[in-house]
Amino acid sequence: MVPLHWYLLLSSAVFVVGVAGFLTRRNIIIMFMSIELMLNAVNISLVSFSRYLSDMRGQVLVFFVIAVAAAEAAIGLAIIIALFRNKATAHVDEANEMKG
Amino acid sequence: MKILTEMPDVTALMPEIVMTCLALVLLMLDLFIRRKEITALLAIVIAAVVGFFLTGSSGTAFSGMFISDGYSSFFKLIFLVSLVLSVLISIRYIKIESVNFGEYYSLMLFSTLGMMLMASAGDIIVLYLGLELMALSLYVLAGFLRHDTKSNEASLKYFLLGAFASAFLLYGTSMIYGLTGTTNLKAIAHYLAANGVAHNPAVMLSVILFVVAFGFKIAAAPFHMWAPDVYEGAPTSVTAFMSVGPKAAGFAVFGRVFLTAFGGLQVDWAGILIPLAILTMAVGNILAISQTNIKRMLAYSSIAHAGYALIGLIAGGGNGVASMMNYLFIYAFMNIGAFGVVIMLRTEGFKGEEITDYEGLAKSHPLAAALMLVFMFSLTGIPPTAGFVGKFYLFMAAVAEGYTWLALVAVIFSAISAYFYLRIVMYMYMKEPKAEVALSTSAPHGIALAVATCAVLLIGVLPSGIIELARAAVAGF
Repeated sequence: MVPLHWYLLLSSAVFVVGVAGFLTRRNIIIMFMSIELMLNAVNISLVSFSRYLSDMRGQVLVFFVIAVAAAEAAIGLAIIIALFRNKATAHVDEANEMKG
Repeated sequence: MKILTEMPDVTALMPEIVMTCLALVLLMLDLFIRRKEITALLAIVIAAVVGFFLTGSSGTAFSGMFISDGYSSFFKLIFLVSLVLSVLISIRYIKIESVNFGEYYSLMLFSTLGMMLMASAGDIIVLYLGLELMALSLYVLAGFLRHDTKSNEASLKYFLLGAFASAFLLYGTSMIYGLTGTTNLKAIAHYLAANGVAHNPAVMLSVILFVVAFGFKIAAAPFHMWAPDVYEGAPTSVTAFMSVGPKAAGFAVFGRVFLTAFGGLQVDWAGILIPLAILTMAVGNILAISQTNIKRMLAYSSIAHAGYALIGLIAGGGNGVASMMNYLFIYAFMNIGAFGVVIMLRTEGFKGEEITDYEGLAKSHPLAAALMLVFMFSLTGIPPTAGFVGKFYLFMAAVAEGYTWLALVAVIFSAISAYFYLRIVMYMYMKEPKAEVALSTSAPHGIALAVATCAVLLIGVLPSGIIELARAAVAGF
């Protein structure tokens, strides 16, 4: 059996890739995909913990995370489309009317 | 009839069940309602019905996943009050912005439902679901002005950063789950105490990840970047709603998770929260000075107020938490009141969002100026307004727990905040009106402002009632 810490290393590596992608990429769709990557990294670690602890709670949470991520995708893409209709861009740097 | 006897006891979550059903019914009824004012009225009726059920609910459900106690009921009261006031000030405003759709009110109800779940969460799974329900509804509300690029931008920024922060919350959850084998807050506390792993680096890391995620929700610096842009771009009525309810919900989970699950580690997380609170007060109060847009200024002010409320959490104990809850309750009235006046200046073809638009308001519209004066005084914390009472009890709690220096820092930042709050008062009363400013008023709007003003002044003069309520609410925590 593959030991637990391999899974945890994979999970943290995927999470870091997601964070790095979110912070460095400027295309909204790719930033959004990076967030999904972060959520899936969490899912990996939750499932492996759940298996390792022989406890179902982690897998239950994973199902909720998947469902919420689907809802988030629906709303996120709707927001991107609303922006695209007005500005014809999917680039965050062009959504810059207010100085942050 | 075996199934019936095995039905779990759901009396604890009756308010949420009623809210879910009625919000869904409203969403469908809205198809047949032409006049959207009726939808708004129904939303208020729903809030009242939920409030009625709230008084009868207590206990836990689903083996401790859902807790209904004084703490959660007090927060739910804040959410319902802010919901009703926000609906009242929305009715005319969304007509002027020509986004008069009934879904607006349903989304507000769903968002409030999410907050109620957050306040009652006894398990991180419930907390996460409540948080996402609240946040997803708010992303849509922030972008409700579909044809306005500013609103699109606000919604996009809120969405991207909100989803980013909730991923951190989940990563912290998975870590604490791996370590303790549970997601129940009480069981986590029990495990940490029994097995002496409180100083395991994984625990500290998950505490930090929770601070990041909740800090984002309450807009504490350095996780506040989204707040000014989102508050400025979102419809003003949504800004009013979102600067009060979700912030209070963020504090509700902050208190619940940190005092229940990580209660034994208070020394450690207070060490993280103290610099956070000071930075939040500094960023909020100092950056607010240079703003020219009133929504943006109030956004920075709301960041600063998150800093003050954090002091209550840092002080901890019954007094600290009670003073934090009391402060958030008062903040709901004064902040929605201030936004209510801002909304009045919005008329067809006139934004009324610049601070210079308030020049000479006292001459043209003395009543509106007087209301703004009350809310600005309250936000500054000048007696005899409620803001003073809130701050007074917060700082007293901090002093009682030995954080005298922290209270002093907060007082200094309050003094700085007087500059930008009273600048508005100065513009209104000491300058000549430049252009004719019309006001858009309506009966519901007037009611909301009257309620907010009365609450601010009454609590300011007779604070004992609300203080006792908050203390009693914390007693069962």
